[in-house]
Amino acid sequence: MKTQNQKAWFFVLPVLLLVAFNALIPMMTVVNYSVQETFGNNVFFWHGVGWFEDLLNSERFHAALGRQILFTTIILLIEIPLGIVIALAMPRKGIWVPVCLVLMALPMLIPWNVVGAMWNIFTLPDIGLLGYLMNTTLGIDYDMTQDPFAAWVTIVTMDVWHWTSLVVLLCYAGLVSIPDAYYQAAKIDGASSWSVFRYIQLPKMKQVLTIAILLRFMDSFNIYTEVFVMTGGGPGNSTTFLSIDLVKIALGQFDLGPAAAMSLIYFAITLLVSWLFYTLMTKDDGK
Amino acid sequence: MLSWMAWTWQTAAFFIALFAAIGVITFIEIRWPGTSERKGVLRLTTTRGDRLFLGLLGSAYISLAWLGIFGTPLWVPLGLAIAWLIFCFWKV
Repeated sequence: MKTQNQKAWFFVLPVLLLVAFNALIPMMTVVNYSVQETFGNNVFFWHGVGWFEDLLNSERFHAALGRQILFTTIILLIEIPLGIVIALAMPRKGIWVPVCLVLMALPMLIPWNVVGAMWNIFTLPDIGLLGYLMNTTLGIDYDMTQDPFAAWVTIVTMDVWHWTSLVVLLCYAGLVSIPDAYYQAAKIDGASSWSVFRYIQLPKMKQVLTIAILLRFMDSFNIYTEVFVMTGGGPGNSTTFLSIDLVKIALGQFDLGPAAAMSLIYFAITLLVSWLFYTLMTKDDGK
Repeated sequence: MLSWMAWTWQTAAFFIALFAAIGVITFIEIRWPGTSERKGVLRLTTTRGDRLFLGLLGSAYISLAWLGIFGTPLWVPLGLAIAWLIFCFWKV
């Protein structure tokens, strides 16, 4: 198809300027930092690709990346199916629709750091409701600050509580857009509820699911605030994800060069996986 | 004014090349609009911009992989990256 004119580009210009200031210029600075060493006072020394080489052979980086990938995988495997199931179970008509929608939206309205603080207090063995219930009433040894497994379970549960709603709301939007005629036709054909899901609901939800998976991947892969407030990366290094390690290096140790190199590798991974998800999920759309 | 960005001539050259590449494909798109879409060897419908994106992203991964496995110097991955870019514009 031939494009008739290119005037639309001028409408995009303000956004381009905004993105230049809040993303592009900082990103270019990060690239500049990644090939240099600094001891402060805005004095830099050329270091070439040394930081990248160190980082790619660093066990600390591999461990943080491994934890990050594991976390994101667990999150996607839980939140996407759970979100679909909840969206399917939600009412489509009547008084309960707004009630369910508001209930679903509530966790997402809470700021990240507040979620971290809430869950931190909630799970403390002495004063937290959950911590006290688990340790004293049920007799299960549960202390997020001491046990890495408990810390992981808590962080995953917190994220599922906080963000499954997003998947639910997106899937629900996809479901309510399906015309009744589809269901009537399926009923006449005697289709089972699985067939209705597989051949009507799932294909109709595909586009919103693509968005949901992309958003959940990017958010969980870049998770920082909640985990920082809850565990600070501990106990030990068990919940030190890539983002937390990055901030430790950049702001804790003020090693701008290695931190910049790490940011760029982090960015390259996010970019590639997002591109793969998007391309694979929209591949057949043009057919 | 830009000293806070800690520029080096190497990174400046990198960005000039990057923006020049984007500029060239933008110019071609304005001059001959909508002529680049095709289905390549990956069975994906790509435009000139997609091919540049894939070429650059692939080049970054080639360089990082070489750096992680063999270390410096980076002349071989540079050659591989150029070959990959040519392949992207030719076949993808």
